[in-house]
Formats: sequence, C-alpha cells, structure tokens
Amino acid sequence: MRDRALLSHLGLVAVLMAAHWMLPAYHHDAVAKVLVLSVYAMGYNIAFGYTGMLSLGHALFFAAGLYGAAMPLTLWGWTGGPALAAGLVAATVLAAAVGLLALRTRGVSFMIVTLMFAQAGYLTILYLGRWTRGDEGIVIAQPLRRIMGLDLSDGATRYLAALLLFVLGLLACLHLVRSPFGRVMVAMRENEERARMLGYNPFTVKLAALTLSGLYSGAAGAAYALMFGYAGASLAGVQYSILPMLWVLLGGAGTVAGPFLGCLLMFYLIDYASVITSATLLVVGVALVALVLFAPKGALGALRDRLGKEGRAWLP
Amino acid sequence: MPPFRPPISGGRHEACRAGREAGMLKVSAIHAGYGPVQVLSGLSLEVSEGEVLCLMGRNGAGKTTLLRAIMGLIPVTDGEVMLDGEAISRLPAHEVPKRGVGLVPQGRRLFGDLTVAENLEVGLMTRGRGARVREHVLTLFPRLRERLGQVSRTLSGGEQQMLAIARALCLEPKVLLLDEPTEGLQPSMIALIRDTVRDLKATGVATILIEQRVDVALSVADRIGFVSAGKVAEVAEATALTVAAPQFQTYVGV
Repeated sequence: MRDRALLSHLGLVAVLMAAHWMLPAYHHDAVAKVLVLSVYAMGYNIAFGYTGMLSLGHALFFAAGLYGAAMPLTLWGWTGGPALAAGLVAATVLAAAVGLLALRTRGVSFMIVTLMFAQAGYLTILYLGRWTRGDEGIVIAQPLRRIMGLDLSDGATRYLAALLLFVLGLLACLHLVRSPFGRVMVAMRENEERARMLGYNPFTVKLAALTLSGLYSGAAGAAYALMFGYAGASLAGVQYSILPMLWVLLGGAGTVAGPFLGCLLMFYLIDYASVITSATLLVVGVALVALVLFAPKGALGALRDRLGKEGRAWLP
Repeated sequence: MPPFRPPISGGRHEACRAGREAGMLKVSAIHAGYGPVQVLSGLSLEVSEGEVLCLMGRNGAGKTTLLRAIMGLIPVTDGEVMLDGEAISRLPAHEVPKRGVGLVPQGRRLFGDLTVAENLEVGLMTRGRGARVREHVLTLFPRLRERLGQVSRTLSGGEQQMLAIARALCLEPKVLLLDEPTEGLQPSMIALIRDTVRDLKATGVATILIEQRVDVALSVADRIGFVSAGKVAEVAEATALTVAAPQFQTYVGV
C-alpha cells in the first residue's frame, strides 16, 4: 500500500476497535472519554500544531458545543441529533466570531485575547445559572441521551459512538493536513510574512483554520454532553483551555495522531498518579519538564524525526 | 572589456518562456521606512520587460527596504509604485504577488518543515498554477526534481537558494525581485544563479537584483543602480562599467 499515512492511522483505528472487545469495563469507559477528548485536542492541534495559533481560549468552543447540545436537550425537549447539530453550529459560529476579533492580534496578545474571551464565556455560564445551572451544571437524564435510536448511556454503544467520532475526526484531519490548504496552514505557522509574499492573506487562512478548530472542539463538546450526560461550568474553565495544549504538546504538535496519544498518556498519568498522591498536577508538571528536556516535539514528533523521511510518510 | 555572456541553452530558455506575461515596474519618488525611521527618501527607478536592473550599495543604503516597499510589506508613505500602469503601493501585501511580482528574500527563507514539492505547491496555488508551471520550474532546476521529497531545511545552501527562486517563479512573475541570491554560495552555484537570471531576462521577465559581487552584477545586469542614503544616486549601463569603475569604490566600497 503506497499511502503509508493512511495505513498507520487505520492501524490505530483497528487497535482501538480491538480494544472494544478486550478492555475491562473501567478502561473501556476511560478510553471512550479519551477518544472524545482527543477530538477536542485534534481541533486544538489544527489551530496550534499546524497553523501556529497559540490559543488559551479553546474551552469556549468546547463549552459552546457542550451547552449548545445540553440546553436544547434539557430545556426545549430537542432530540439527540438536532441537539448535536446545535452544539456544532454554536461552536463553529462562535469560533468564527472570536477569530474575526482575536486574529487582529498576534503572539502573546492573541493568547491573552482568547483567554479573555474564554473567561467571559465561563462567567456568562455562571451568570446565566437559571438556564445553565451554573457551578452545579446540567445533568442529562439517560432517556435523553439517545441519537438515531442508539442509547449513548450504554457503555458499549458509547465506546463505538466515540470511536466513530474519533475516526471521522482523524481521517478528516489527515485529509486536511495533506491537502493544499494544509500546506498553507503550515506555511503560515512557519512564517506569516513569507506566506504573504506568496500571495496568501494570513487573516483569511487563520480564520478558516480557527473556525475549523472550533468545529472540532464543538463536536467533542456536544458528543461529551450526549455520551457522558453532563455539561458543567468546570468544563468551560481555563483548565480546559490549557489541557488540550498539554495533550498536543505531549503527543506531538503538528502530527495527526499526536493529540490522541497525548490525551491518552496524560489521562493515565493522572489516573495512576492519583493512586499514589493527591498532588497529581505535580506529577503532570514533572512529566512536562521531562518532555521539554528530552522530546520537545512530543512523543510522535520525536518518533517522526527519528524515522527521518519514512517518519514523514507514516506520521504526517 | 565587457564581461563574457555565454549563450542561453534551449531547454532552460524555453522553460522560462512558457506562460510568461510582459511586465514593467516603475517606482516614483517613494518614501518608506520602519516607524519613525525613514529609510527611502524619494527613491525612483524603472525596470522594463526583459531587463535586469542591479542595485548596489552599502549596508543600510535602503536596497532591501526598497524590495519590501515594492512588495507592500512596509507602507509607502509617499510616492507610487506602478506595475504595468497599475498603482500597487496601496494594495495589501498579499495582493502584490497575485499581480505578478515575485520576491526571493535575502537568506532564502523557505518553509523549512515542508518538502521541496510542498514548498513549490504553496507557490503554485496562489495564482492557480498547476503541473505545467511546476514542470517548467523543475526544468530550470533539475536538481530540485531529485529532491522533491526532501524536507527543505535539510537542503544545501545552494539548493535552498534554487528552491527559493523556483518558488517565486511558480507565481509566473512579470517582475522578479532577488535580494542577494548569491550570498554565501559556492562558485558553481553562483554560476547557476547567474545563468538563471540571464534565462529569465531572455524570456522577458523584468528583474531587480540586489547584489554585492561586482563580477556577478557586471555579467548579468543591463543597468546598475547605485543606492545611497535611500535614493538611487546614479545609474549606469553595465557595459559602460568595469570592475575598476570608480562608482564601485564610491557607493559599494570595493
């Protein structure tokens, strides 16, 4: 098979499919959650890893998907499908709107502006507690968590639905980064001025990438609400803006499968660390310091570099 | 004695000719700089179709600033840049390449994480150019064809320069701006760059070449403009100059 990148990513999908039958219940649920959050990380990777936009406000888009799906379900009696679509639309539109304003800035200013937008969103969720239930959050009853007749509160169905979402996100991302637009995204990350000298408008390219990133984040948020039955303000906080950045850095920024690997590693790092100590963030901090020292391009980034030309073919 | 100019080889020549459009650039008394620092003070010049205008001058004279101003990368505060009769100095920077002006910046400045093929692809997409132009560019630089899958930051200095020029040519420019393309290259690479400039000239591309090497300037340029204190202080026909001409001592310090 000539398309080694497609082969390697289909291999990952096959492993995850096999895991469905092999994993014990606890890990089955954990990996389902990782799959959904990986889609969020993939969205972050499109903005940061491929286009070079270091955002600290992606929790806003994740929360837009989350509440965009949860509120129609619980307040207005919508069914799962339309609620999922509402979450996607909410996050995508919000990402485009934020991009129109935030992309007038660059670098550190862009980080601060996106952080401010996310904090404004977080405070809005708390302020509108009558509908969002503030800190307490919205718990979505099991009968509402259905889509096309499938009960997403069922562990096996949830895993397969999460895997389907992940596969769609993974293959779409693989296609994107190998498309002409994907090259332009990387060109923009490498140097905006150089790209401009070749006739590309950085604002337009970055706005398109951020909007797409918002779509991914929203898809993950909406799916999270439906699959795990909860939409809370804690998921819109600054921590959920920083986490996807850490997942991407750990797995390998600018690699398609890196966000999944980073998310999986960090999930289990925190999980196992919590058995030993309550200071799990300290363990995460040590892991990140080690990463910066020994593999600054992340796990898959380092592997890709080590494999040379073959690495680029297998791990775009 | 005028410098020796070897004949242009057919294949490279034809490759350059394909798809080219005629063009002319006129810079009229422009002022530009960086914030409060005024670098160009009423600089004027003109380059015609198929002409190579070489600009020489000391560091800080304003040569690179001129190219950045033409490309719209810094604002022109006064004066005008005209391309084929159209004012381009108030256009957004990303519109200038689409009008047919290509820049090969100093220091190559490739997209280092992209392969040779991907760098060319990024250049080709702007004006919707495809396989035909790519093929022509690879005919000009056969060595790049052998390196298509190689990440550009791993190329040698000469190959990087070839790729930088090739990427600019993907735009099928009417006017090509080259900022010290021979800097830091070995003699064989310099000869290749020189041949390429000649070939482009033969196909009608108007070229502004910033160059510090007198021998290169004399061998490819039609005219040489000496830039000093943000203006073109003097312009001379290249055939009227020799290596020992006093202008080189006065304006370049060699």
